[in-house]
Amino acid sequence: MDRSDAGRFGDRAFKGLTLVMALSVFVLIVLIGFELARGSSTAIRQFGWRFLISSDWDPVNEKFGALPFIFGTLVSSAIGLVIAVPLSIATAVYLTELAPQWLRQPLTLFIELLAAVPSVIFGLWGIFVMVPWLSGNLFPQLQRFLGRLPWFQGPIYGPSLLAGGIIVAIMILPMITSVSREILRSVPGLQREAAYALGATRWEVTRIAVLSYARRGLFGAVILGLGRALGETMAVTMVIGNSPQIVKSLFAPGYTLASVVANEFSEATTDTYLSALFEIGLVLLGVTVLVNALAQVLLKTFAGPGVKPQN
Amino acid sequence: MAGCTATAPRVEMTASNHRWRKAKNVCMQTLAFMCAALVILPLLLVLFHLLSQGASSINWAFFTQLPKPVGEVGGGMANAIAGTFILISLASLLGVPVGVLGGIFLSEYTHRRLNRWIRFTADVVNGVPSITWGMVVYGLVVVPMKGFSTLAGALVLGLMMIPLIMRTTEEVLQLVPAGYREAALALGIAQWRMILQIVVRTAMKGVVTGVLLALARVAGETAPLLFTAFGNAYWTHRLTEPIAALPLQIFNYAISPYDDWHRQAWAGALILIFLVSAINLGVRALTRDRFSRTAPQILMPGHHVATEVQPPHGTAG
Repeated sequence: MDRSDAGRFGDRAFKGLTLVMALSVFVLIVLIGFELARGSSTAIRQFGWRFLISSDWDPVNEKFGALPFIFGTLVSSAIGLVIAVPLSIATAVYLTELAPQWLRQPLTLFIELLAAVPSVIFGLWGIFVMVPWLSGNLFPQLQRFLGRLPWFQGPIYGPSLLAGGIIVAIMILPMITSVSREILRSVPGLQREAAYALGATRWEVTRIAVLSYARRGLFGAVILGLGRALGETMAVTMVIGNSPQIVKSLFAPGYTLASVVANEFSEATTDTYLSALFEIGLVLLGVTVLVNALAQVLLKTFAGPGVKPQN
Repeated sequence: MAGCTATAPRVEMTASNHRWRKAKNVCMQTLAFMCAALVILPLLLVLFHLLSQGASSINWAFFTQLPKPVGEVGGGMANAIAGTFILISLASLLGVPVGVLGGIFLSEYTHRRLNRWIRFTADVVNGVPSITWGMVVYGLVVVPMKGFSTLAGALVLGLMMIPLIMRTTEEVLQLVPAGYREAALALGIAQWRMILQIVVRTAMKGVVTGVLLALARVAGETAPLLFTAFGNAYWTHRLTEPIAALPLQIFNYAISPYDDWHRQAWAGALILIFLVSAINLGVRALTRDRFSRTAPQILMPGHHVATEVQPPHGTAG
């Protein structure tokens, strides 16, 4: 009986240990919220709600407002989504429904590798390859053909909101593609067979039986991509131009929540300045946590056990 | 056609528009193919430019020498390469045990509601932008210790690894057939020993794969290191000193105005992507011959893990 007692103690100790480790994720989320709130308390007290709607960012005179950064984050993420969503869902459709069997594996592998490329490498490539190409070729063309729209007017700088948006698109493409692919794969085969039986073409099967069935899950994939886009830091910082302003032209430089923290945090000279940056981090955290939670709920209620989203 | 009920999206599938439907089908298929090509184009371009710009700057000195001061040509990233390895080793001291044990809890002990909340929270924590992690550890470690340090850098990467490893560990452990557990328990072994010696050991390859992918992911992180590890132009001797890391060095060189530093940034990026892809491809090759399906996908969110597990060797005694 000695042995079984020892076993029972071992069982209880081991279960307790693993439980504590599993509970650490709650500690993490509380810790993140607490640290950011603590860091930003000075700024919150000093600026109140005005912080979110003021567009002054003048560290020398201690005037801080987050609006230009919120604007830049929203615009670059929106551009990223506009480009990435149709492309990645089409790619996911191609990978699951249309591509010849021999091509599916290597293409999927490629897209997975693309997702593993560190952000800083895209930033490096963005600075030295993409931005010069954009300002020399794509941007002048855009201005020629769409110059009547206010978004495509004004002088062309290389680093710009549009360049930031494009790099965001490149970075969230593989993620939305692979989550969407997983969702499309979990659509039951019967669904397709029924449509084929009615004489539908491949595209009709995809549209009627697959895409409409998977709508909710695909929406979740897009929201997951949005969460990533909002928090994307290095690559965007390197190509967006880092200038806190709100302008109509997408060719003008901008600034995002994440990149102002990356650039100015270690140079923040006064307590108020540092605290304002902490508050920017808090805003960013709040938005991304909400967006991610929404994405998880959408993905989890879509198809049950087949889809396990991780970020 | 009669098959289209009122609730289904209406499609006219009559003989008269057959050719139009066929044409549309071909059009959409071509379009999807072009989208797929466009998606992999950036990767091909990045790889091409990394090779063409970076390869020429990689030489022996790059791996063995410290960075040279501004204006002097040459030097290397020896300290940054070593720094990255030191940081991820220290980070795994925290991330691996906590993540793996937490994953064991999620998979082996079923408290449905609690587990669901842990899972949900882990997924949400995974989505926290890496830059905010840096701020948290800045407040937690750098401010009280009055300086940027190796410790802070390792801590931030370790914390980021926890939810990643927890979720992959859980997924691979759940693939171990329930019969293994029942057989072991029927022989009278204690549950905790059953878990460690049968379940974890059976799924060991999957667990290791998850850990390696988490390492590859944090090895490329720059943002959380900016104000924790901070970077260092020299060798680091103590845990309380700032330390260089490959991604940090790439960033600092890339935004500098010097051509020679730009060349080194390309070379560093080539090394970094080689490291990250080698782990990714290696893990896949490693799991392909023994496991019949795919490895856990922590870099690829949303992947359903379907790893087949090998029976353990000689654990029956």
